[in-house]
Amino acid sequence: MNKAQLDKQVDKLFKFIGIASTLFGLIVLVALVFDVFTDGFKRLNWDFLVSFPSRKPEKAGILSAWVGTIWVMLTTAVLAIPLGIASGIHLEEYAKRNRLTDFIEINIANLAGVPSVIYGILGLGLFVRWLNLDRSVLAGGLTLALLILPTVILSTREALRAVPFSIREAAFALGATKWQVVSQQVLPAALGNILTGIILAMSRAIGETAPLITIGALTYIPFLPESPVSFSNQFPFLQVSSKGFLDAFTVLPIQIFNWVSRPQKGFASCAAAGIIVLLAITLFMNGLAIYLRQKHQKRW
Amino acid sequence: MNRQFKEAVIERLLLCSSLLSVFTTAAIIFILLSESLGFFKEVSIVDFLTDTQWTPLFTQKHYGILPLLCGTLLTTLVALLVAVPLGLVSAVYLSEYATGRVRNYIKPLMEVLAAVPTVVYGYFALLFVTPLLKKFIPGLSGFNALSAGFVMGVMIIPLVSSLSEDAMHAVPMGLREGAYALGSHKIQVAFRIVFPAALSGITAATILAVSRAIGETMIVAIAAGQQPNLTFNPLVPVETITAYIVQISLGDTPHGTLEYSTIFVCGLTLFLLTFVLNVVSFKLKRRFQEIYE
Repeated sequence: MNKAQLDKQVDKLFKFIGIASTLFGLIVLVALVFDVFTDGFKRLNWDFLVSFPSRKPEKAGILSAWVGTIWVMLTTAVLAIPLGIASGIHLEEYAKRNRLTDFIEINIANLAGVPSVIYGILGLGLFVRWLNLDRSVLAGGLTLALLILPTVILSTREALRAVPFSIREAAFALGATKWQVVSQQVLPAALGNILTGIILAMSRAIGETAPLITIGALTYIPFLPESPVSFSNQFPFLQVSSKGFLDAFTVLPIQIFNWVSRPQKGFASCAAAGIIVLLAITLFMNGLAIYLRQKHQKRW
Repeated sequence: MNRQFKEAVIERLLLCSSLLSVFTTAAIIFILLSESLGFFKEVSIVDFLTDTQWTPLFTQKHYGILPLLCGTLLTTLVALLVAVPLGLVSAVYLSEYATGRVRNYIKPLMEVLAAVPTVVYGYFALLFVTPLLKKFIPGLSGFNALSAGFVMGVMIIPLVSSLSEDAMHAVPMGLREGAYALGSHKIQVAFRIVFPAALSGITAATILAVSRAIGETMIVAIAAGQQPNLTFNPLVPVETITAYIVQISLGDTPHGTLEYSTIFVCGLTLFLLTFVLNVVSFKLKRRFQEIYE
C-alpha cells in the first residue's frame, strides 16, 4: 500500500470514529431513557399524579411537586420575560457604545457563566433573609428569574440583531419615533426568535434543582399553595388572593432528588416515574423551540 | 414635547432593566464577601487553605478546603477525559466531514443532551452507571467520582463540540484550499491546518467546559457521595464544593453559626474559580474572532 492509499484508509477510519463520537452521547441518552422507563413506567398512573408524597413508596405521588413547579415557573416567567426583553432592547437598540454599556455587557456575560448553585446562595441572602420572604414560592421564582435573565437577554439581542436595518430606516423615514420603530416594527419581526430563546430558558429553569435546594425549598410538602382564586356563596362569589406566593413549596426536580437519595428500592421507582414526567416536559419544550427556530429562519 | 417626554421615560426604564444585571453581580459579590468575612474572623485563611480535613459538622472541627477542592477537581478531570476527546473528534467530523444536511439533523439532537435536567443525570449515574461499572471494577463504591464524572462528561460533550465546531467553521476556506493544492488529504487538512488554526477557540471551549464541570451540582451531590476525601482515587466517595453546599442546605444548620457561614465561603471559592476560567475563555474566544472575522 502506498502513502496515498494509506491516507485514504485513515480518512475512512476517522470518518467512522467521528460518527461514533458524535453518536456516543445520543446512545447514552437512549440508555438513560430506556433505564428510566423500565424502572418508572409501572409507577406512572393517575394516582401518582394526584397524590401527595408519602412515607410509603407505593402511595407516594407528585401532586405538590408539579403544582409547585407551575407556581414557581409562572412567577419566574412574569418577572424574567419582560425584564429580559427590555434589557435586550436597551442594549441592542438604544445603548450608545460607551463605558457603561461595556460594563453592563461584561456583567451579563459573566452572569451567564455563574454556576446555578451560586444563584441559590444569592437568593438565600437576598430574598429569604434580607427581604424576609422565607422559603416561599416568591423567593424561588425570584431566584430562578435572576438565573435565566442573562439567557433571555442574550437571545433577545440575537433576535433583534437578525432584523435588517432597512426596516428601521423605512419606519424612521415615515416619521416614527424610536419607540414606535422598536415596538411596532423591530420587536414583532423578532418575536419568533425571542420566543424560542424564552422557551429554552424556561425549560432550563424547570429542571433546576440546586438553587432551590440552597434557598431552603423543602423536600416534603403534603399541601398546596393557597389557590389564587377561590369561590364562595357570598358576594362577590369570587375571591382573589396572592397569599399562595408566600407559601412553602417543592418542585418536581427536588421531589425526584429526595426520592433518589432514599435507600428503599420502591422510592427509586417513584423517582423514575417523576423523571418520565420531567423529561417529557423538558424534551417537549426543547422540541418546540427547535421547531420554532426552523420555522422562523426567515431570509430577509 | 409630550412625545419626547414619553420617549425619554421609556429609554430610562429600559436602561433600568439593564442595570439589574449589574445589581445582580454586585449582590452576589456582596453576599458572598460579607458572610465570608465573618467566617475568616474565626478561621485563619492559612488554615482554610492548608488544613487537610473538612469537618465543620463534627465535634472535632477542621475547616480545610483542600478535600472539597480535590473532590471537585477529580470529578472535573473525569468529566473532561470523556467530554474533550469525544467533543473535539465530533467537532472535527461535523465541521470537516459531515454534509450540511447531516449537520442540521445532528446538532439539534446533541443539544437535547445539554437540556436534560441534571437531577436526571444524577439518577442515571447512581442507579445505572455505577451498578454497570461494578461488574467490571469490583472495588467500586456505591458513591464514587468515576460514574458522576463520566455522566457529567457526557452532559458537556455538546458544549465542547458545538463551540469548537464554531471555531473550526470560522477558519477561512483559503487555508484549506491551499493545503489541498499542495496534495494534502482531508485528514491532514483537518488536523494540521484547521485544528491548529482554530486552537484558541477550541481552548476557550475546553476552559468553559472545565468551568461548567466545576459548577455542576446535582450529579455529584447524588452520585459522588458526601465524604470530603483528600484522594485522587476515582473509585471511592468524595465530596465536591457544590455537593457540600447542597448537603448543608438540606440540613437544619441554624442561621448565624460558623457551620452556616461555610456555605458562603464555599460559594465564594466556587465563584472565584469559575469567574477566572470564564474570563480566560472569553478573552481567548474574542481573540480567534478578531483574527478571522
